[in-house]
Amino acid sequence: MSGGAERRLPGHYLKAREMYSLPGLVEYRPVARYLFSAGQAQSRFLDGLKEGRILGKRCPRCGRVYVPPRSYCEYCMAPTSDWVELPGTGEVHTAVVSYISTFRERMEKPEIVAVIKLDAPGYTEGGYEFAGLFHKLCNIEPEDVMSGRAIGMRVKPRWRPPEERKGDVNDIECFEPIES
Amino acid sequence: MRPNIHVKSKVAVVGAGLTLFRRRMLETPRELAWEAASMALESAGLTLKDIDCVVIGTAPDAFDGVHLNGEYLADGAGGINRPTVRVYVGGGTGVFVPIAAWWHVASGLCRTVLAVAEEKMSPGHPHPQGVFAYIWDPVLERPLGPNLIWIFALEMRRYMHKCGARKEDIALVSVKNKANALGHPAAQAAARITVEDVLNSEVLVWPVNRLDISPVSDGAAALVLASENEARRITDSPVWVEGVGFTLDNTHWYNRELGYPRYVQYAARMAYKMAGIERPWREIDVAEPYDPFDYKELHHIEGLMLARPCEAPKLLKEGHFNRDGDLPTSPSGGLLGVGNPIAAAGVMKVAELFWQLRYEAGARQVKKPVHRGVAQAWGDLMQAGTVIVLGN
Repeated sequence: MSGGAERRLPGHYLKAREMYSLPGLVEYRPVARYLFSAGQAQSRFLDGLKEGRILGKRCPRCGRVYVPPRSYCEYCMAPTSDWVELPGTGEVHTAVVSYISTFRERMEKPEIVAVIKLDAPGYTEGGYEFAGLFHKLCNIEPEDVMSGRAIGMRVKPRWRPPEERKGDVNDIECFEPIES
Repeated sequence: MRPNIHVKSKVAVVGAGLTLFRRRMLETPRELAWEAASMALESAGLTLKDIDCVVIGTAPDAFDGVHLNGEYLADGAGGINRPTVRVYVGGGTGVFVPIAAWWHVASGLCRTVLAVAEEKMSPGHPHPQGVFAYIWDPVLERPLGPNLIWIFALEMRRYMHKCGARKEDIALVSVKNKANALGHPAAQAAARITVEDVLNSEVLVWPVNRLDISPVSDGAAALVLASENEARRITDSPVWVEGVGFTLDNTHWYNRELGYPRYVQYAARMAYKMAGIERPWREIDVAEPYDPFDYKELHHIEGLMLARPCEAPKLLKEGHFNRDGDLPTSPSGGLLGVGNPIAAAGVMKVAELFWQLRYEAGARQVKKPVHRGVAQAWGDLMQAGTVIVLGN
């Protein structure tokens, strides 16, 4: 086929309406339920969140402090050793404004989600790797994300009240700018 | 290929086949695989009897909706009663398929390999986006209700910040690739559009608009790879696999600098070393970087060292990456223009290099003389890089 340029390629495509009226069309919804354990390192991390603390775990060989914590160092293949409590503060590595849900429905009120680079020992300034979390931002306007003002902004976690915490990532309601 | 790696045989691509790329194909996944596989065999003048081994690629099972998807596709891909494997690295799978086919032949295990990739994204309804919900970490990410477009947007925003690139600079990739695809017979999203069209399309997750993204697609693509002896019997113009590279970073994508894909650079270095390439920005004549989103093409051009970090938007604006430019990228039209049936899209990119390097790309043939091309794919949670260098 000279470059696939001349020949009509195989395949038949359907309009949405045609698809929904196909003979033999089968609709199927998988039913699968899981219980995930968080594992050695993350269980302790989630307990820490319940207490309003962000915990990392240090590699005794290279000194990296992992957040989220790992039981082992990915680079040294050594077991991580001591737990380190971080101040929880950090800066916004990147942030975006989402107008759609997980299932691509339009959302009434946009959400701002971000990667937070946490203040943690064991990393070189401006290095490729860092301790960080994926979370939401609040008290920041979409315009701050678009203008770039939000990037590099100093932030801290806004904790849910202790009685509402469940030991999951949503014990942090969001990260918000540190008043200066 | 440099003698820095020991192989039993050089390996060549000798045939390629494609189906249409469209949303909602009537054909089943295995029928699509069969269409592409039989076209690839026919283009090489071979039949299934001539094939020793089969490599299959398909991205998460959840798209086709069939577990054991490799096994399910095996008969359509010509894989029954012969050594058959399925390889998988998410979106990086497409280029991983010919890489795996390469080591089957280079090792001396097989003389000929049929390499087939297939994806049907449209069965997941009302929108396949929901299927991506199951790739996230169940403990740390799923409780936040993430959407796959979030992480692309986060990466794009970081790239914009780090490089001072504006949305309109990045939209030019979509404009270029959709126009390039006008000459492609499989194309689903070929169009003449403007930067304004991209900026005015629906905002999904700022900074990502609908026209910054490749479409939802079904389709299949296949290649035939052969040892040197076989290749020289099959064709006068084999296209040699000169280098392959692949690397994986961890799934903790929020623990790394998102403005530069280091793992892609590592994969590229591996492939260039094998190919004896020291200055890829001068020695590569045509490139098919992975472009599921428009910024990704720029990101990957830099990861492939075809431009310095943050230099790609400027070169793009100068026309450097146009079909008649100094280093044409995605002359096929890429995923943005031809479509994105995930694994099949990567194989489509390698097929494009095959046609370009044989001067068979018709209306899509790049203007400059071509000796060497690189194709690349990327995937999983922003962590996988797969790279292949071809030469004529």
